[in-house]
Amino acid sequence: MTTTTTATSVSLAVRDVHLAFGAHRVLRGAGLAVARGATACVIGPSGSGKSTLLRTINRLIEPDRGDVLLDGRSVLGDDPDALRQRIGMVFQQFNLFPHMSVLRNITLALRKLKKLPEDEAAQLAREQLDLVGLAAKADARPAQLSGGQQQRVAIARALALRPQVMLFDEATSALDPELVKGVLGVMADLSAAGMTMVVVTHEMGFAREVADTVAFMDAGVVLEAGEPAAVFESPEHPRLRRFLSQVL
Amino acid sequence: MDPLRTLWETFFDWDAMREALPEMLTVGLPNTLILAVSAALLGSVLGMLLAVAGISRTRWLRWPARVYTDVFRGLPAAATILLIGVGLAPLGMQVWGPNPYPLGVLALSLIAAAYIGEIFRSGIQSVEAAQLEGARALGFSWGEAMRLVIIPQGVRRVLPAWVNQLIALIKDSSLVYFLGLVASQRELFRIGQDYAATTGNESALLLAGLCYLALTVPLTHAVNWIDRRLRQGRAVAAPDPDLDVDLVPAGPTGKDPR
Repeated sequence: MTTTTTATSVSLAVRDVHLAFGAHRVLRGAGLAVARGATACVIGPSGSGKSTLLRTINRLIEPDRGDVLLDGRSVLGDDPDALRQRIGMVFQQFNLFPHMSVLRNITLALRKLKKLPEDEAAQLAREQLDLVGLAAKADARPAQLSGGQQQRVAIARALALRPQVMLFDEATSALDPELVKGVLGVMADLSAAGMTMVVVTHEMGFAREVADTVAFMDAGVVLEAGEPAAVFESPEHPRLRRFLSQVL
Repeated sequence: MDPLRTLWETFFDWDAMREALPEMLTVGLPNTLILAVSAALLGSVLGMLLAVAGISRTRWLRWPARVYTDVFRGLPAAATILLIGVGLAPLGMQVWGPNPYPLGVLALSLIAAAYIGEIFRSGIQSVEAAQLEGARALGFSWGEAMRLVIIPQGVRRVLPAWVNQLIALIKDSSLVYFLGLVASQRELFRIGQDYAATTGNESALLLAGLCYLALTVPLTHAVNWIDRRLRQGRAVAAPDPDLDVDLVPAGPTGKDPR
């Protein structure tokens, strides 16, 4: 199964990003490099700045300092709304629009932002739903779906815009354990299909198997990054060792 | 004299009611509806502008909205109608001649807007921040996200309160009689009052009251019906492409992701 059709991925680099909310310094020079078509998993304790770092990539949060580059070009001067159409994002709580059908959740941006005609948008949305195994749920309301199904709809909604990068913010953390596997499966397929992905996750098994790079964040910086085998089998930083001993 | 009998004759004189009924239905009812419906439309549009200004991050939008709401909610409706109807009369004279009707509609709209603005604002603010973030992440601007995602959800959460405000508006429309309407402009209450004044019998006023109830009681039940549908999450109307008004339970989607 492939979860995407015509995505042309780009490489992603985050350089020395700083961000403070008042006196609280959330990011203190975080950096991350993801090759074109590669998947980076960001792991680390709660409050380490993982979700904030993710939001600086599509500029839902503007960094105080530092740079974000797609294919080597800084995006900080771009129109943020246009940038976000190139970068898909999936949230812990799905953030589907509860007053719209599943289909309309997906077609809204296609119609209003991509200016596709109604029937073309619906066609594209149905194809995308089919790819995440939910073609039958097009007319349902989000509230009528399980958490896992809702998250797959959210992934389909993001992919329908043909993004060049996908960001996942603890996409399975709000799910019942038996529903996690289906969502991770969709994400693994997407990774295998060559999407550039940044995945903030607590699923160490997924990071180990799917990621090309695993980055460990603590206190607003990426302390250690490398291939999964290196990070999990021979961690160098004592805080990474302590973290792994707690979660594995 | 039997007080009950006096009461009966004063308020339940069927002949007096029958006499007033045709004018009540052909003049009073249409005028009340025109006043209430046009003020409801204008008041709702103004109310939405006030609501959005009230949650704006721009102080120069937030402050005027705040002051406006405080003033127009704080004044008695009768005083506002008189102030605007009399105060703007010279201006109105230049625009549409010696007709107090448009100023009556304007005054009712301005009052309704203050209340409706607060209703809409509370609804919009009850929508989880995650919804805005979800819409922004798709590439919608703040304005598009508000218009397509946040406001439709916020408004449907406060539909019952909004309809309650329309009921208040129907009743308040009787106050424009202060402005001195010509015979063909009189609304329900004024016609009842005129009959009472000329006949010395209050039955026409009771009839006017019954007409108000015929308008407001169905609306009250419509509120209850909408409210029930909201909680059951059933659709009440066909979806419209942009602001589809079919209803879902207003439950939160969950805790904020951060």
